[in-house]
Formats: sequence, C-alpha cells, structure tokens
Amino acid sequence: MKVYLDNGATTQVAKEVAEVIDNMLTKNFGNPSSLHQFGEEANEEIVKARETIAKKINANPSEIFFTSGGTESDNLAIKGIAYAYMDKGKHIITTEIEHPAISKTCEHLEKCGFNVTYLSVDKEGFISLEKLENAITDDTILVSIIHANNEIGTIQDMKAISQLCKKKDVLFHTDAVQSFTKVPIDVKAMNIDLLSISGHKIHGPKGIGALFIRKGVKVIPLLHGGDQEGKIRSGTENTPGIVGFAKAVEIISEKDVKQMKELRDRLIDGIQKSVVDAKLNGPKGDKRLANNVNISFKYIEGESMLYHLDGKGVAVSTGSACSSQSLSPSPVLISIGLKPEDAHGSIRFTLSRYTTKEEIDYTIDSVKEIVENLRKISPLKK
Amino acid sequence: MVRVKEGEKMSYSKEVMKRFKNPKFGEKMKNPDAIGEVGNATCGDVMKIFLKIEKNKKGDEIIKDISFQTFGCVAAISSSDALCELAKGKTIKQALKITRNNIVKKLQGLPNLKFHCSVLGEKALKTAIENYKKKKK
Ligand SMILES: Cc1ncc(COP(=O)(O)O)c(C=O)c1O
Ligand code: FES
Repeated sequence: MKVYLDNGATTQVAKEVAEVIDNMLTKNFGNPSSLHQFGEEANEEIVKARETIAKKINANPSEIFFTSGGTESDNLAIKGIAYAYMDKGKHIITTEIEHPAISKTCEHLEKCGFNVTYLSVDKEGFISLEKLENAITDDTILVSIIHANNEIGTIQDMKAISQLCKKKDVLFHTDAVQSFTKVPIDVKAMNIDLLSISGHKIHGPKGIGALFIRKGVKVIPLLHGGDQEGKIRSGTENTPGIVGFAKAVEIISEKDVKQMKELRDRLIDGIQKSVVDAKLNGPKGDKRLANNVNISFKYIEGESMLYHLDGKGVAVSTGSACSSQSLSPSPVLISIGLKPEDAHGSIRFTLSRYTTKEEIDYTIDSVKEIVENLRKISPLKK
Repeated sequence: MVRVKEGEKMSYSKEVMKRFKNPKFGEKMKNPDAIGEVGNATCGDVMKIFLKIEKNKKGDEIIKDISFQTFGCVAAISSSDALCELAKGKTIKQALKITRNNIVKKLQGLPNLKFHCSVLGEKALKTAIENYKKKKK
C-alpha cells in the first residue's frame, strides 16, 4: 500500500486543476498584457481567478497579488512593509514558531538595522496576548503571526490578535499557507492587513501563491520591471499557475475538511491506543489544523522511524535533529517545551482530502509494528 | 569512499538500508562481560555495545559475542550493525584497531552529514573494551 501523509510538505495536483493548467499552457497561452485576443483571453482567466481567491477570504479582487508562492508572499509582506514604513518605526514582532520564510526574513532585516521580537509560545503552541501587548512599542510597525503552524497544527486566534494590533495602530500580517481553505478566513471580520497563501499545499501547482494586501496599506515591491500586479509584483503572470490555484480553491469543500478532521482524530486515537508513550504535540480538537497530526514516540529517533514507514509505503516527515541539515531538533518543538530527545522522536503525519480510512488504519498498524521493533533496539527503553 | 557532497540531498547506500532494515546484532545481551555506552554530542543520540569475551586456545581474549542497542538515525543503526560484524571473532587487540573508516567502508559509504554517526560506533566499542579491562583488574 502507498500512503502519502506528507501533505504539509506538498500535495498532489487535483485532476480538475491539471486540466485547466493544460489548457492555459497549450491553448490559452497569451500574455495577459498583450492587446490582441490571445492576451485578452488569458487576462479574462486571471480576472476570474483573482475573484475566486478574493471571495474565499472575503477580500476585494484588487487586494490580491499573485506571487511565486508562500515564500515570496512572506518576503514581500515583511520586507515590503519594513521598507515602506521604516520612517515610522523599525520594530517588528513575530513568533518563535514561524516558517523559515518569515523567521529568516526577519533575521535578515535585523542585519539591516531593524529590531525583531520573537514571541514565545505555550505548551500547545499558542502565543500570549498579554506578551504581545507588552511587546508593542511606539516603534513597532508590523506584527506577523502564523495562522496555523505547519509542524504542530496550532491555530492562533486571529480576531483577538488583530483587534490588539488595531487598537495599537500596527499592521498585522499572517502566514496562512497551511490554514488556507482548511480554516475559514474572513480578512474583513478578522481585521487582517496582509495574508500569505500558496497553491501547492491545496492541490494546486507549485510556484504560485498570493499576498492579500488591504487597500491603503503600502508595500515596497521586491521585483521591479513591467509593473504587473498593480506595480507590486513585476513579471509576466504565471497564468497556468494562477488559474490552477483558483481551481484548487474552487473544488475544496467543507465536506473535505470535515473528513480530514475525522481521519485526523482516528489516526491520533488509533496510535495512542496501540502504542504507549506516544504524546501528541500541539492542541486537540477545533484549535488544531484539520489535516495535522504530530506525535513524539519516546525512546526512538524520527529519521529511522521515517525510513521504516517509507519501507512500508507510508510517507511522513520528522522534526528529529538527525534529519536536519543543522543536526539540531525542530525549533518549533523546542519552543513548545519538548526535551531534545522527545523532539527527536517526533513524526508529522499530514492528511489531504484524498486520504482514506483504509490508509489511516494501515498507517496505525505500521506505526505500531515499527515502534515495537525500534524500541527493542533502543538503549533508552528500560 | 562514497560520500555525498555538501548541499546534495542525502541518500543512503543499499548496504546501509539493508542493515538498517534487518540488523543482525540489534538486541540487548543477557549477562554481558562488558558494556560500552556513548552519547553523540552532535545530535544527541546514544549507542550501547554489549560484549561477551572468551580466551582462545592461544590464550588471547576474543570477542565471542557482540550486540548493540542504538537510539539514532539510519546511519547510526547501520553503523552499529556493521561494527558488530567487524568486531565479532576478533581479539581485543584487533578490535581496538577498528576505525570509523572501516565502518564506513563496510557500509559502502555514508553521506557527509552522517559521517559522525559512524564515529559513535568506534567510540562505543573502545569504551566497552576499556570497561572490560577495568573490570578484570
Ligand atoms: C507555513 C508556511 N509558510 C510558507 C511556506 C512556503 O511556501 P512555498 O513552498 O509556496 O514557498 C510553507 C511551505 O513550505 C509553509 O508551510
Ligand atoms: S545519529 Fe543523529 S544523525 Fe545519525
């Protein structure tokens, strides 16, 4: 059996999406800026795609800017705001559990003379509103907090955070790459100023994303050139990507999300019933991302677990130090207070709308067998 | 020696995967004559080597039996297994000469990033033999 449970890394492109991409590649291939019919027809598709994506988060189409993915959206948001508002202040607030697209961008800005506060989180990965409020100073221009964490699935309270930002008159950005289409987002009701999303996490293609920028918020572009995307992001539009991205948004339904949640809980319960000393990382229930399961298996190391699962056809990821280039454990798991040896034994399973009950049950059985075998050769298990 | 260049995606040799999937020496030994336990400062892993030692007809002390328990990655587990195979049947003197390079060679190479895992094997065996000598005194 082949079971793909690494949908947090990337997803398979939906058939419906592949079809519209093929059409844009081979038939409707014009440059949307061109004045002739070919250009006009391609442009019409982008207009529709922008509307689809705007509607999904209750934004205006003119507030959606297509980029090359989540990484670029995050960079554009953070650097774009930093450079646009540096006269007003040079302080940025973010968290210890951001994706590197945010954390490394902030580290870069620190080298350019900005100050960054990295908020710590509690055992389940939630930030503290009080700490956030205390961190905001007159010099603060931007708060950036990840909506749903990619490793442990913690969903932050967007409304409470943005209200605070509004009260203090600072801009609020969120990386919603993992939550988009899985958690309802309403940028008006949630008072979000900037929001990053990406295509390949939701059965769209890789290399396409978007940044929502509220009307009136200034952003200095990263790329200069032909002035596409309202001068915010130059470069001939990735029309197949944009149209495929919108198609992916169209086809995901509430039923899909509900099914992922049920299977997520089946996997958590199934593993915890059949394996002792298996601790769930991150929160339970509705505050957890619909498709994320992250479990620390005591006494064993994640990379060896990953390869054994791979041998059985089950694809997952791990926060183990052994599997990282830097040979240090996942900073997110350390942030929520895990001991290095427990971060070592962490496995992330991420589901999709295509995951089945049979696949989940097969995974539970495989995990049980592998953990037993690895614990037999573990010097830590007494 | 096959070693993956820095920045390249890590990949393990067939021999590494074979030993990792079916280690021949991975078990806790009952009543060992000596144990060597070492930790890996780089990533925090632990390896334990168990020894049974007997004298042969010439009076040399030989490693009659050896096994391991390892908390670590694919490279650490396969290194432990390769080490045990290299050491089994050797005299203590010969066994002390086993190096990380012998282990890596037996494994048909390790990715650069994983070289340190084989060091763990060399150290664990040496520690076990030292412990044996101390006990004998
Ligand atoms: C939370 C989060 N932000 C940003 C990214 C980067 O997105 P992309 O791969 O589209 O650049 C990812 C995916 O790796 C992610 O999970
Ligand atoms: S034991 Fe940690 S990288 Fe090999």
